[in-house]
Amino acid sequence: MQLIAAIATMIAGVLACAAYFWATNFILDLIFPSKGLSGPAASRNLRITNTIRPWLFLAPALFALTIYLIYPVIQSVWLSLHDRAGQNFVGLRNYVWMVNDGEFRQSIFNNFLWLLVVPALSTFFGLIIAALTDRIWWGNIAKTLIFMPMAISFVGAAVIWKFIYDYRAAGSEQIGLLNALVVAFGGEPQAWITLPFWNNFFLMVILIWIQTGFAMVILSAALRGIPEETLEAAVIDGANGWQIFFKIMVPQIWGTIAVVWTTITILVLKVFDIVLAMTNGQWQSQVLANLMFDWMFRGGGDFGRGASIAVIIMVLVIPIMIWNIRNAAKETGGH
Amino acid sequence: MTSSKRSPLTWVVHLSVLFLVLLWTMPTAGLLISSLRDKDQLAVSGWWTALATSSRNDVARAPSPESQVERDGKFVIAGNLLQGQGGEISAFGFSSREPAKFQAGETAELNDGESLTVQADGSYEIVSDTRMEGSRGQRIFFTAATPPRFTLENYGEVLSAAGIGRSFINSLTVAVPSTVIPILIAAFAAYALAWMRFPGRAILIAVVVGLLVVPLQMSLIPLLRLYNDVGAFLGVSAKTYMGIWLAHTGFGLPLAIYLLRNYMAGLPREIMESARVDGASDFDIFVKIILPLSFPALASFAIFQFLWTWNDLLVAIVFLGTGNDQLVLTGRLVNLLGSRGGNWEILTASAFITIVVPLIVFFALQRYLVRGLLAGSVKGG
Repeated sequence: MQLIAAIATMIAGVLACAAYFWATNFILDLIFPSKGLSGPAASRNLRITNTIRPWLFLAPALFALTIYLIYPVIQSVWLSLHDRAGQNFVGLRNYVWMVNDGEFRQSIFNNFLWLLVVPALSTFFGLIIAALTDRIWWGNIAKTLIFMPMAISFVGAAVIWKFIYDYRAAGSEQIGLLNALVVAFGGEPQAWITLPFWNNFFLMVILIWIQTGFAMVILSAALRGIPEETLEAAVIDGANGWQIFFKIMVPQIWGTIAVVWTTITILVLKVFDIVLAMTNGQWQSQVLANLMFDWMFRGGGDFGRGASIAVIIMVLVIPIMIWNIRNAAKETGGH
Repeated sequence: MTSSKRSPLTWVVHLSVLFLVLLWTMPTAGLLISSLRDKDQLAVSGWWTALATSSRNDVARAPSPESQVERDGKFVIAGNLLQGQGGEISAFGFSSREPAKFQAGETAELNDGESLTVQADGSYEIVSDTRMEGSRGQRIFFTAATPPRFTLENYGEVLSAAGIGRSFINSLTVAVPSTVIPILIAAFAAYALAWMRFPGRAILIAVVVGLLVVPLQMSLIPLLRLYNDVGAFLGVSAKTYMGIWLAHTGFGLPLAIYLLRNYMAGLPREIMESARVDGASDFDIFVKIILPLSFPALASFAIFQFLWTWNDLLVAIVFLGTGNDQLVLTGRLVNLLGSRGGNWEILTASAFITIVVPLIVFFALQRYLVRGLLAGSVKGG
C-alpha cells in the first residue's frame, strides 16, 4: 500500500515537473512569439526568449540547491555563533568550548588519523590491483569482486566486519575470523574494537575495503589511457617491470591519483555510519561527523555546538573544494 | 602488457590477485554462509567450519522421578538427549568432573543402585530396582557431534519478527522516488549549463562543482529547523516521505547536474545546430534529441543515486525519524546491532537482506556504474 502511494506520488511529482517545464516554455513562446512574425519584432522576441529560457530550465534546480545546500551553509555558520536553541548570540563561545573539549580534540585527532591512512591505503591498493588485474585473463572478474563492497552500505559493512572482529573469552571457540586466526597462531584473543587507539584502525579497514574498488576502477581506466609508445620505449631501453610501473606509468597518472585521493578524503571527513554502528564513539574512536550527530540530539539537542562542529568539517573540505573548482574551470575554459 | 606475459612473474601476479580477491570477498562470503547456518551451530563454531561436523558439549536434565514408569519389575525413566535435532552422541557422564567418562552404548552405575545407559542416537534410560526418590531429575553430560545444517529459518525469523520486512518497504519507498525526481530537474539544468548562452553560466558551473563536496553535516541542523517550522506551519508532521525525497533530491542534484552537463557538453554540436536550422526550439531539442542521447549518463546517475539513497543512514534517521514505522533498513540494522548484538543469526540474515538489493543492482548494471564513476571523477587525467 505504502509503496503504491509512493509510486503514485513519484509519478505525480515527475508529471508536475514535466508540466512545469512544458507549460513555462509554452507560455514564454505565447507571450513572445518568434514564428509568424517578421523582421525586427521577431528577432527582438527571439532575443528575449533566449534570455529568459535558460533561467526557466535552471529554476527548479537552483531553487533546490539554494534551499538544501546554500542556505544551510550560511545558516550553519550563523547557528554556530548562537546558543543551543539558536536564540541568543554567544559569539565564539561554541568554538572556545570546542577547543577545550576533550572529546572534540579526540575526534580531531582520530579524523586526522583517518585522513592519513584511508585515502593513502585505498589509493595504494586500488593502484596495485588495477595494475595487476590488467595483466591477467580473469582480471575483469577479479575487479568486479573487489569492486563489489562499493554497493554495500556502511552499516551493512559494519555488521560484516563486526562479525569478523567478534570476540569470545579465551578458551572458548572463536567465531570471529580475526580472533580465530590469532588463536590458531598461538595468540590471545582480543576484543578488537574496544582497544583504544588501535580500534580506529580496525574501523578504517572497513572504509578501505569499500573504497579500494572505487580507486581501482578509476586508476585502471587511467592506466589504460597511457600511450603504448611510452611503455614500448621503456621496454626497449631495458626497463624492468618495477621501473616501468613506478617511473613511467605512475608519473603519467598523477592527476588521476590526486582526484581519487581527494574524493576519498572528502568521504573520510564525512564518515559517520561506520563509527555509529561499530562503537558509537566509545573507546576513544569518536570522529567529527558522529560527534556532530551526537550533539544534534544529545540532551534534547544543542544546535549551536552541533553547527560549530559542522562548520569545522566544512572548513576542512574548503581547500579541496577550491582545488576542484579551479580544475573544472581550467577544463571548461576550452569549451 | 605483452612484455611480461611469458615471464615467471606471471604466476606471482595470478597468485597475488587471487589472494587479494579472497581477502576482499571473504567478509561478505562469511556473512552469507553464516546467515544460512543453523543458529545453534552459528553460535559455537566459525563459519569456515560450516561444512564440518561440529562437536558440542552439553548438559541435559532427565525428567524428575515422578515420571518414572514401572516395567518388568524395574523403574525406568527414558528420554532423548538430542530431542530429534539429529547428530550422534560420542560420550557421556553424570558428573561435571567427568562429563565424558563413558562411551555411547555403555552403562554407567549411578549412586543408590540406579544405572544410566545412553545410546549413540541420544536415547537414554535410567533404570532402578527400587522406586526412585527425589524431586529433581538426573543431570546428564554429553558430547554430541552434529552434522552441518543449512536453513532459511533465520531469514523467516527476521522477516516476520525483527521488523525487517516493514523496513524493506520503507527503504524502497524512500529510494525509488529519491532516484527519479532529481533526474528530470537536473537534466534541464544540465542542458542549460551545457548548451545555452547566458550571463553567469561559468559562475553557476563553478558553484555546482563547489557544492559537490559540501558535507551533508552542514545541512542537517538548518534543514531540521526548517522542516520543523514548515511542519508546524502546515500543521503536519515534520518527518514525512515527501520531506526526505526532496532532501535526497537537493543533496543529489550537484552530482546529477555535474555528470549530465559533462556528458551533454560532449555531444556533437552539429546535431543541435541542424535541428535549430530546421526551426526547433531549445525545448524541442532537449526533449527530442538530448534526453534520448543522454541515456547512458542518466542511467549512471540513477544507479549512483539509488545506491546512495538505499544505503543512506544519516538523512533517513534525521528527516524520517527512528519510529518503528519509518525506520529504513540501515536504521533497523543499527538498532539490531544494539539490541541483538550477540544474536548473529539475526544480524547476518538482516544484513544480507539490506545488501541484497544494491548487490543485484550492482551486478546487473555495473557497466553504467563504472562509466558514471569515470565521468564523475577523471578530470584532466
